[in-house]
Amino acid sequence: MEKFDKLSGIAAPMPLVNIDTDMIIPKVFLKTIKRSGLGVNLFDEMRFDREGNEIADFVLNKPAYREASILVAGDNFGCGSSREHAPWAIADFGIRCVISTSFADIFYNNCFKNGILPVVLPEDQRDALMKDAEKGANARIEVDLEAQTVTSSDGEVFSFEVDSFKKHCLMNGLDDIGLTMEKAAAIDTFEAQASADRPWV
Amino acid sequence: MSPKTLYDKIWDAHVADESADGTCLLYIDRHLVHEVTSPQAFEGLRMAGRTVRAPDKTIAVPDHNVPTTLDRANAETMTEDSRIQVEALDTNAKEFGIHYYPVSDVRQGIVHIVGPEQGWTLPGMTVVCGDSHTATHGAFGALAHGIGTSEVEHVLATQTLIQKKSKNFKVEITGKLNPGVTAKDITMHIIGETGTAGGTGYVIEYCGEAIRDLSMEGRMTVCNMAIEGGARAGLIAPDEKTYAYCKGRPNAPTGAEWGEAQAWWETLYSDEGAHWDLELTIKGEDIAPSVTWGTSPEDVLPITATVPDPASFKGGKVDAAARSIEYMGLTAGQKLTDIEIDTVFIGSCTNGRIEDLRAAAEILKGKKVKDGMRAMVVPGSGLVRAQAEEEGLADIFKDAGFEWRMAGCSMCLAMNPDQLAEGERCASTSNRNFEGRQGYKGRTHLVSPGMAAAAAVTGHLTDVRELM
Repeated sequence: MEKFDKLSGIAAPMPLVNIDTDMIIPKVFLKTIKRSGLGVNLFDEMRFDREGNEIADFVLNKPAYREASILVAGDNFGCGSSREHAPWAIADFGIRCVISTSFADIFYNNCFKNGILPVVLPEDQRDALMKDAEKGANARIEVDLEAQTVTSSDGEVFSFEVDSFKKHCLMNGLDDIGLTMEKAAAIDTFEAQASADRPWV
Repeated sequence: MSPKTLYDKIWDAHVADESADGTCLLYIDRHLVHEVTSPQAFEGLRMAGRTVRAPDKTIAVPDHNVPTTLDRANAETMTEDSRIQVEALDTNAKEFGIHYYPVSDVRQGIVHIVGPEQGWTLPGMTVVCGDSHTATHGAFGALAHGIGTSEVEHVLATQTLIQKKSKNFKVEITGKLNPGVTAKDITMHIIGETGTAGGTGYVIEYCGEAIRDLSMEGRMTVCNMAIEGGARAGLIAPDEKTYAYCKGRPNAPTGAEWGEAQAWWETLYSDEGAHWDLELTIKGEDIAPSVTWGTSPEDVLPITATVPDPASFKGGKVDAAARSIEYMGLTAGQKLTDIEIDTVFIGSCTNGRIEDLRAAAEILKGKKVKDGMRAMVVPGSGLVRAQAEEEGLADIFKDAGFEWRMAGCSMCLAMNPDQLAEGERCASTSNRNFEGRQGYKGRTHLVSPGMAAAAAVTGHLTDVRELM
């Protein structure tokens, strides 16, 4: 997994609430057996018309935001399906950080497995960053995972919370499975006891 | 010992390891797998030279992509990419030696219907699947939730998940339900109250007389949509109905083991005085037959209501409601019962079980689908289909003018050819009314099976009580 430490980039504003994973990556693109190459399909039905032409007023089609690496989004981003194709598409497009007031649980977890940092901020701070993002390509937002801060283009600094284990894995690009396998003895012990206690499982 | 919630008890019984910061390895008793979210996980195992740690606890079934037409044994009914995905599951199941119900097996169906039906889901278990509607299994008092593909790979390799504990949310539905009100209306009504993010960070336990009165199938419908309220999982404490449902199922314990199991299951309830981080009480009598008007499952109203004015909302929801109403082709103030429908879909892991089909058939008996409508029933599993044929329900559907399909997820998410055309409007017993969910620019109104049947007869959203 790609490491995440610091990011300075253009932020695209997406103020719509409840942006669901069907919007992020429509089901027609779930028929792949690979993880890669989904960036071109990110937000497909909002981004392209039926003939595949770009819809000019969609934010990521605007010249200022084509290189965005941050999304500032409305409440409850990533709700709906568990499809990891959503963060795969986001990362493949080049977005490494999403800022909102809240995220759906499964999407939030999926981000950390794919080098994406989801940042939760209170509404007023998210709104301030939304205004900042609306300024376009000249307003770069800075994200520092180590310091747990987001800095607006005006230099205003907002602190965020993140689980220490998730932070550690993201900063170091660690493979979860490898870490868990180091605890194989604990799993063996638990499994033996559980199958004695609950043999029907 | 301090009093515990049901969630606390199941959690505590499955912690294999706990770090100083509270990060736990949660042991997984049942891992359900389908064809869409698993190929990358199996490929990951292969590339790292890993195996499936507990193949006996891993159960796979193709459901999302499979055609539901009667000629589906013919591989040409599937698109190339769907066929590759299903074949990948066939291969992976065989290669890694996990339990498997292929398309040709009468037991094939939607993973969340097959699991309980085959007795894989039992009280007190931890159950995961790369599918958000894994919440369904919470109806048994099992801690069940959806995971992403990286986590699917993690569970395949280690039989554990890295987790931190959620908070406890008690949702109590008191008293009795009025006639025509179902489990679907309960779960939609709750989301209407809490919003789609209201459950974020929590595990919900549903309790109260109206929940106790539900059958196991109704309880599955309630828990199924816990995810639509944002919760990690929904739970209902097991009771005599749960044991009766599980007993005799192919993978349920038997003999002395059954007695041992039930003795433990009987300890699975929230203790008097347990701590709740959040509580919500709703009177059963206040719940009406419900319908969604917008493009979020929180856009719920009684069928007797009118399309809301976006200005009546607050914050970001004002714009979202205006967008929804435009997408749905509606007008604020319009009566919900005036909304004309052209498609009816009965099925899905929310409402694709035998009792759902009975409820719909009860309304349809001796009636016809309105001219020009497309109406389809997709049973949740091959066994549900067989039982419905035996009970004469299939004939009622066919006589009324419904298509009688094979089992699968079908138009709930429209990954197979069962899709809405642009602008088509569907009364659907499924769980999500997102933009494009049932087909590009398709419009979805979520309802109970009885309400879907009523809409099929009249051609517009209809209060089911008028046809009862």
